[in-house]
Amino acid sequence: MSAHDSSEAIQEETRKYILVFAALAALTIITVAVSYLDLSIGLAVTLAMVVASVKGTLVAAYFMHLLDERKTIYAILALTMFFLVVLMILPAGAFGDHNGASTEVAREADGEHH
Amino acid sequence: MEIPYTVEPRPDTGLYNAKLGIWLFLASEVMLFGALFSTYILLRTGNPNWVQHPMNVPMATLNTMILISSSVTVVLAWAGLRLKNYAQFRKYGILTLLLATGFMVVKGFEYSAEFSAGLFPWTDNYMAVYFTMTGLHGLHVLGGMVVIGYFLGPGAKMWESDPARFTNRIEVFGLYWHFVDLVWIFLFPSLYLL
Repeated sequence: MSAHDSSEAIQEETRKYILVFAALAALTIITVAVSYLDLSIGLAVTLAMVVASVKGTLVAAYFMHLLDERKTIYAILALTMFFLVVLMILPAGAFGDHNGASTEVAREADGEHH
Repeated sequence: MEIPYTVEPRPDTGLYNAKLGIWLFLASEVMLFGALFSTYILLRTGNPNWVQHPMNVPMATLNTMILISSSVTVVLAWAGLRLKNYAQFRKYGILTLLLATGFMVVKGFEYSAEFSAGLFPWTDNYMAVYFTMTGLHGLHVLGGMVVIGYFLGPGAKMWESDPARFTNRIEVFGLYWHFVDLVWIFLFPSLYLL
C-alpha cells in the first residue's frame, strides 16, 4: 500500500474535494451573475470562458487527480490538447472569408493581372 | 490465462490497463466534443443574423450544481473503497446515480418546454447546435448511469473476489464521470449564457 492510500491521506483528500466543490459552486454562481450584467459580447465571452477554464482545471487537477499522475497520461493529454487547439483555431480561417477579406484580396490580385 | 496489469501498474507506463484505456478514450472524447464546439464557433461567428433563443438559465444552473455534486459523490465513493469501507461506497454510489437521474429529469423538463414552445432541432442553427450538444452530453450521462448502476448491482460481486480491481473500476468510472461534468462546465455558459 502506497503513502497515497493511507487512511490519513485519503481523509485529507476528501477535505480537498469538499473545498473544490465549494469553489466550483461559487464560480457557477459568479458565471450566472456576470451573464446578467450588460457587458459587450467580447468581454462576456472572455469572462465566461476564463471562469469555465478555471472550473475545468479544478475538476481535472483534483477530481481527476491530474496534479499527481503518470508521465504517460500527461503525454496523451499534451497531444490531445494540441489537436484541440487546432480544432478551435480552424473557424478563424473561415472567419476571414465571411468578412469578405479573402475575396477582397483575391479580387485585387485578379485586378492586377488584367 | 490471467490478464496481466489489471491491478498492479505496468512497469513501463506506470498504469494499470483500464486507466490507460480510459484516458485514451477520454482523449477521443475531447476531439468529439471539440469538433462540435468548433462547429458551433464557425456557425455562430459566420452568421450575422444568428438567432439566440432565451434558454432556461435557472434550470441549467440547477443542473450544473447537480453534476458538480455528483462529481464529489463519485470521488467519495472511490475514497470509501480505498478505505475498505464498502458502506461508504454504496451510499455515495447510490447518491451519484440519484443525482444523475435528477440531471436527466431536469433536462427532460427543459426539452419538453422547448418542444412546447415550437423549438426543435430543425428550427434554426442555434437549436440544432443546442440539441446536438446537450443531447450527446445527455447520452453520456445516461451511459454513466448504466455503468454505475452495474457496479452497484451485479458488478458489485467483484468487491468480494477482487477488491483492488473493483476499486480501480470505480476510479476509472470516476474519471469518465468527471469528464462528463467538465464538458457540461463548458456547455453551460456557451449555450445558455452567451
